Amino acid sequence: MNVLFRYANPHEFMRLSGAVLPFIAISTALCFAIGLYLGFSVPPDYQQGTTVTLMFIHVPADVVAELAYGAIAVCSLLSLVWRHPLADIAARAAAPLGALFTALAIITGALWGKPMWGTYWVWDARLTSFLLLLFLYLGYMALWNAMEDETRAARACSILALIGLADIPIIKFSVDWWNTLHQGESIMSGKIATVYLAPLLIMMLGYALLFLTLWMVRIRTAVLERRARTLMREAAS
Amino acid sequence: MKLAARSGGSAALALSFFALVATLVPLGVGADLQLLARMASGVLWVAAVLAALLSLDRLFQGDFEDGSLDMIALAPLPLELTALAKIAAHWLSTGLPLTLLSPLLALLFNLPGAASAILLVSLLIGTPAVSAIGAIGASLTLSLKRGGLILPLIILPLLSPAVIFGAGAVSGVLDGTPANGALGLLAAFAVAAVLLSPFAAAASVRLNLSS
Amino acid sequence: MNFDMGAYGAYIWPAYGISALAILGAIAWALAAWRRAKAKLAALEKMTPIK
Repeated sequence: MNVLFRYANPHEFMRLSGAVLPFIAISTALCFAIGLYLGFSVPPDYQQGTTVTLMFIHVPADVVAELAYGAIAVCSLLSLVWRHPLADIAARAAAPLGALFTALAIITGALWGKPMWGTYWVWDARLTSFLLLLFLYLGYMALWNAMEDETRAARACSILALIGLADIPIIKFSVDWWNTLHQGESIMSGKIATVYLAPLLIMMLGYALLFLTLWMVRIRTAVLERRARTLMREAAS
Repeated sequence: MKLAARSGGSAALALSFFALVATLVPLGVGADLQLLARMASGVLWVAAVLAALLSLDRLFQGDFEDGSLDMIALAPLPLELTALAKIAAHWLSTGLPLTLLSPLLALLFNLPGAASAILLVSLLIGTPAVSAIGAIGASLTLSLKRGGLILPLIILPLLSPAVIFGAGAVSGVLDGTPANGALGLLAAFAVAAVLLSPFAAAASVRLNLSS
Repeated sequence: MNFDMGAYGAYIWPAYGISALAILGAIAWALAAWRRAKAKLAALEKMTPIK
């Protein structure tokens, strides 16, 4: 906890993040370069043909969509329980990113589904869960924007995020259950051939690092904006 | 129970809305009785949830606006119990009436008697969850002037398991699957919701009251 | 690298295209917001004495 609180100081955070950010950004670019190169060099899948290349941008988007919510949940906990000063900023900064990657997951999933199933949307269990996750993100962002008092908004959204977190496994379970009633098929079935594993994992890492990069930039921006607001308030008084 | 009496009007509103939606959908979809029977579980469940939402934004706002919420929060009775009482009052004035009206509306959809009975049971079990989770949304948004628009956006995704299990129980009956599995899952969800929501609602009320 | 996607190209390229657009857009937006915030803060710090 002490380590966490040392970097909770905005100045320390800015210093540390400023030093680390270039490395994370470069790693992101490297992962994308290698991942895309490998992704386009693999042979077509015997079942899915060349559409298997969509796996390399769909699954990583899935991962980040859920990762972002996890990040928001952790920040929400830090905000409510330990009153970590940067936690509110971090949670708010992550939300639009989470929504963006969720939307990408849905769009790439639908485009993958069309050649596989014949239509863009068949209420596949995973894509349906992601649609609901998108609504969770939108509600979260809407609540933040609607409440005027920043501190209250942060606390309210923290509660909402944690309730959402508790409900997500239930939602996933219920959608899966619902889907088995109607016997849908999932895009991704079980095993992935090893030749696809390398580009997939590298792209997943790349997307995760991309999220981290964008998140850090947004948090740093929010810290500066907060400082500016404080100065404006002092100047006005 | 003063709360329930005050919300007699909201029961009429919820019932009218419920009936209205149940009337509009066939108008939009056509009078194919077989199709309607298959749709009934989902349509009626969604309509019931939406109808129950109508009166939610006022759950805490009345007390908030006239200042009595501050006193309730300071009173010796734990805020969690007050929240639970409000959830119960909301259910008695919306969820329960909706449940009782549902067999009649099921007739409009040509739903067979056995399925209609399961619809009633599923709503009976599930609507408390709607009131409970709805109360969390109401307490989070109580300080917002136009919070009524955000409230459904926040809580409808959280309620999706209730709709899935509730409507699933009924449509299962149409296919010959016994409903106990789905109803059991719905009951678990509802119990968890009712037990845990008062804590979240009370915490949200407190944060909105503090300055 | 093999770019011949056959019949599936109609789905693969739009998917990659939308993803690229979204990602590059997000990067551009984040950087623009950062620069704006930095400039605004610098301007404010010039006006008010440093404590």
